[in-house]
Amino acid sequence: MSNTIQVSVWRGAEEGEFQTFEVPRQPSQTVLDVITYIQRNIDPTLSYRFACRVGVCGSCAMTVNGRPRWTCRTHVDKVAGDGTLEVAPLRNLQVVKDLACEMTEFFDKMNRAEGKFHPTKTRDDDFDFIKPDDKKRKQASAGIECIGCGVCYAACDIVDWNKDYLGPAALNRAWTLVNDERDGGNDVRLAAVAGDAGCHACHSQQGCVEHCPKHLSPTHSIAGLKRETAKAALKGLLGGDD
Amino acid sequence: MKKGAHRNHPHYWAFVLHRISGLLLALFLPAHFYVLGLAIEGTAAMDGFLSWSATPFAKIMETGLVVLLAAHLTGGLRLLALEFIGTRESSRIAVAVGAGIALCTGLIFLLNGT
Repeated sequence: MSNTIQVSVWRGAEEGEFQTFEVPRQPSQTVLDVITYIQRNIDPTLSYRFACRVGVCGSCAMTVNGRPRWTCRTHVDKVAGDGTLEVAPLRNLQVVKDLACEMTEFFDKMNRAEGKFHPTKTRDDDFDFIKPDDKKRKQASAGIECIGCGVCYAACDIVDWNKDYLGPAALNRAWTLVNDERDGGNDVRLAAVAGDAGCHACHSQQGCVEHCPKHLSPTHSIAGLKRETAKAALKGLLGGDD
Repeated sequence: MKKGAHRNHPHYWAFVLHRISGLLLALFLPAHFYVLGLAIEGTAAMDGFLSWSATPFAKIMETGLVVLLAAHLTGGLRLLALEFIGTRESSRIAVAVGAGIALCTGLIFLLNGT
């Protein structure tokens, strides 16, 4: 192992260039450690985002050697075999500065996909009884661990082709709610995800599945939405031109 | 910038293969109908084409066509299974099996056709 590592870091916003830094190697060093070293010891003007450092918050996602990753959970040993690293902001999102992206559009799309809970009961009603092995419960569980880091969104070529495409995270969120027995918003939700920028735009390339740090499968969630929207359309429930 | 590294996985390559095989097969169709049309024009034109089709070059092209057809078929079946049945497990294996079936089909065609 060489004592140092050459790191190319994106500087600027949409327009900018890579700047190279030499950073000392440490055992068990993560890419986030490397970026933090640069900011604290070499160039304090470097902008990036992180919070928990342990893979809980999802705010440190960046493009490392061309792939979107959580930098806090990416060991340098794993990705810098040749002793070089390239760290860039996430793809498909507007760059604020250096490695920090504007996440507003990503979260707006969660809303556009009707990714919010539509309650059907009041506090006076009894609980819903949902068995752990219920089919819908299992389908919701398969996608529910998403923490909204944006890695899938950055890995998705369809978002790149169609800026309005809701993206894997928002559609995965919608699918967990479609399977929530307590939710009453499926008519609106299925209409929201059935348009040109919705689930049917997905080509099942599975970049989201390949890169999701939580090992979720948005592709399968989106496939579920495709089936449910098709059924709703046959029943005439989608309305409008969707 | 290291562009495109995020695309280097079996599902993406399966997508590329499906798209390219689909486009090439679409381009082949007019040629196919043209050749069928030769039969209406007369036996000489059709026989001329048939003798060309027996050449090794035509045979290799034809094998490629069979591979494209088989690849497009298995790719389509894989997508149908993923989207309609929701198969989650062995998704990468399905890509490999599809590619294997396509190549084997081409090989069988090549060996039987000579």
